[in-house]
Amino acid sequence: MADLTTRFAGIGCPNPFWLASGPPTNCGEQVMRAFDAGWGGAVWKTLGDPIVNVSSRYSSVDWNGQRMMGLNNIELITDRPLEVNLREIAEVKKRYPRHAVVASLMVESKRETWHEIVKRCEGAGADGLELNFGCPHGMSERGMGSAVGQVPEYSRMITEWVKEVARTPVLVKLTPNITDIRMAARAARKGGADGLSAINTINSITGIDLDTFTPRPNVGGKSSHGGYCGPAVKPIALYHVRQIASDPEVGLPISGIGGIAGWREAAEFILLGCGTVQVCTAAMHYGYRIVEDMIDGLSNWMDEKGFRTVDDFRGLSLPKTTEWKHLDLNYKIVARIHEDKCIGCDLCYIACWDGAHQCIHRAGYARPADVEAATKARLTVTPIGKLDSPAHTNSKTPPERIPHVDEAECVGCNLCWLVCPVEGCITMEQVDTGRPGESWEQRTAEAAKRL
Amino acid sequence: MSHTGAPSSPVSRNLERFPERHPPLDSQSALAEANRCLFCFDAPCTAACPTHIDVPRFIKKISTGNLRGSASTILDANILGLSCSRVCPVDVLCEGSCVMQRYNKKPIEIGRLQRHAMEYFYDHPAGGIKVSKPAAGAGRVACIGGGPASLACAAELCRQGYAATVFDNRPLPGGLNTYGVAEYKLRAADSLREVEMVRSLGVEFRHAAVGKDLPLADLEGDFSFIFLGLGLGSMERLGIPGEDALGVVDALRFIERYKTQPGFEVGRRVAVIGGGNTAIDAANAAVRLGALEVHLFYRRTEREMPAFSSEYDHSKVEGVRFHWLAQPVQVLATDGQVVGLKFVRTQLGEPDASGRRNTVPVPKSHFDFACDMIVPALGQSRLAAMLSSTRGIELKFGSIVVDRATGRTTNPQYFAGGDCVNGGREVVDAVADGKRAALAIADALRAEAAEGAESHG
Repeated sequence: MADLTTRFAGIGCPNPFWLASGPPTNCGEQVMRAFDAGWGGAVWKTLGDPIVNVSSRYSSVDWNGQRMMGLNNIELITDRPLEVNLREIAEVKKRYPRHAVVASLMVESKRETWHEIVKRCEGAGADGLELNFGCPHGMSERGMGSAVGQVPEYSRMITEWVKEVARTPVLVKLTPNITDIRMAARAARKGGADGLSAINTINSITGIDLDTFTPRPNVGGKSSHGGYCGPAVKPIALYHVRQIASDPEVGLPISGIGGIAGWREAAEFILLGCGTVQVCTAAMHYGYRIVEDMIDGLSNWMDEKGFRTVDDFRGLSLPKTTEWKHLDLNYKIVARIHEDKCIGCDLCYIACWDGAHQCIHRAGYARPADVEAATKARLTVTPIGKLDSPAHTNSKTPPERIPHVDEAECVGCNLCWLVCPVEGCITMEQVDTGRPGESWEQRTAEAAKRL
Repeated sequence: MSHTGAPSSPVSRNLERFPERHPPLDSQSALAEANRCLFCFDAPCTAACPTHIDVPRFIKKISTGNLRGSASTILDANILGLSCSRVCPVDVLCEGSCVMQRYNKKPIEIGRLQRHAMEYFYDHPAGGIKVSKPAAGAGRVACIGGGPASLACAAELCRQGYAATVFDNRPLPGGLNTYGVAEYKLRAADSLREVEMVRSLGVEFRHAAVGKDLPLADLEGDFSFIFLGLGLGSMERLGIPGEDALGVVDALRFIERYKTQPGFEVGRRVAVIGGGNTAIDAANAAVRLGALEVHLFYRRTEREMPAFSSEYDHSKVEGVRFHWLAQPVQVLATDGQVVGLKFVRTQLGEPDASGRRNTVPVPKSHFDFACDMIVPALGQSRLAAMLSSTRGIELKFGSIVVDRATGRTTNPQYFAGGDCVNGGREVVDAVADGKRAALAIADALRAEAAEGAESHG
């Protein structure tokens, strides 16, 4: 049986699923309900000088009929008095001693101010601190959030201030709105951070109302850029996590954040080296209850794979992520179309012709425009019931609609396989090139030697 | 039975009596359905449509919120996109060919999506169809008949820059779209909306009985080309004694009357004779109009019945009772009013030329069936009569012989399309014929103009 108990940068919790700092962790009542639902930890909505928010605050990107593929927000840090938040943190910790409660912090860049809030949070019983150097909207205009995270020297300085007084583990939350996230991660390391959280939200404008010309979210006829999160950002988050996880100059535990909505994404972040994962958008969309399948799904997967603890598979994908120059130039795959599964949509055909290498063909090797013209020129009539087509059936794909691959020309790009709507209809299969493995680096080195 | 009272306008009470069989999609459902479409290349649905509407393209436009563009895509291919979205037997056309069926899923609801786009078009009347300005002195074309084939031909000619006049002998234009389609599929008012749209393209409508009041020969001088979209003739008679009794009304008359005559009343016990789609339409309508019992008699069996299976299934749900292997031999009447039908049982014999098994009466198997209304639905007669001896237009089995790709008849001044050519198919087939003929006529007019220019130059 998989054991999900986690110890992250010195903070213990029943599982690696934390709620990220945000609306789902705004108050003690919420956090306790989240723990009841099964969450292993919560990073409290960022504490600091209470702010005034605007309305509205969120906007989203829908895709193909699905809501909230990406979510954007312009909400600021907590709008509740610090004393209230601290009192609730204390109460949560009293009732849920085994769960992780991490205080997210953001105050003005003054040493004393940072010292004071660190002491008060730890006094309330927080298990750790997360320095919010990532919030990209509003607070950054006031010299906080990503305004700090984008300047490695500031990040390091404030981390040092915090570490001067902190007794609990200090995590630094990184912004992706930066050229090379490793610089920010290294600065946090140098400042003495015990761990990193990545990524914070991405600068975004989700869309514009085409009737009013006002971007969303609309605040009295104007808008402002916000922070982007949700399923759409997962690939970006995974990239940033991989960058810091593989940097020998960083070497800190990472709490992965960005588009995690289920156990599959969680497993991916852990495979790239994360010790815990944090979730916000998915909980905002569907509620705390989603954690049940995260725990259940990850446990079942771990049992299947023979992993007992999260550490057993943490980072397994890091050695498999490398620079392009190390990839094998002599590895070759080609597409195979399995005729018995083909439904005849011919999306692979048009994708290959227009978006790839023109090596998927229909009967007669016709070009796309000729195929369409032939169809439009065909005289078609409505069959009269049973008179014309006694056995009218559409159960088998007409052979002329099943495309075939010219394997000699196929470059193995995957595009046809990606667009094919039918599972297992197109497979990418390795072919023997008869040549030993050779990377670009090796090839150029050989060439240099011959010169 | 002759016309009693002039058909005036669509019967408004039919809105309640005939709730729609396929209600419209709301915007959100249309979006979700549109997003299910795979956007196939060289899509089978497009190939299956006689007018080759670019189905994935118009569906994609619904999914992007470009409803105006979606409607234009449909109308470019099929000017009667609204009525086709209602009346097409989609399960043997576009939806029947949808690849989704091989994907273990429901086919995309193409018909309802098309209707969604078309209704947007008709509810937002801000143009959308491009019409070329008629060139000065360009040829004029007469389209005979007011039904789908003529409408499609005339509309396409206008779009190509030629003047077209539709000659129709009925009070309301639209042909069978207005008079002959079951009310739960297409309302007469919707057919008339389409006619108005065609009129707005520049088509001229004239009320005249060509061939009777107005001889074809007279038109030949005024028009460069004549398109024949005549449809079919009156319905075939039963050919049995007593047929002229009150209470015998053929299926097309029956449908026409309940759609356009507010006072029309159905019988209490109705017998429909025939196994085609029109028989089913009439039987369903009789139920809706308040008949206590509706019985359909067919001389073959369920297996041979030419109606689409979906129509048959729907009819069973409506409550129509089916009787197989029975053929009427006499209408029973009292004081000239129908009181019943005498039938003989039949059995199936050898397959005939069409491949269907013939029927043979079973000796001494007669039985009487009491009813007060009889609706024969034995198909329409061919229009041979009007044309048999005229204008050098060749007929075969009562249908006009044409070159399928152009609709050109054996008289080069005449083109033809729709039921009078194909013997009676769907609206979409008539539209396809009309449009193809229009394109061929436009080519011919252009060629004439070019010749004229050369000889003058």
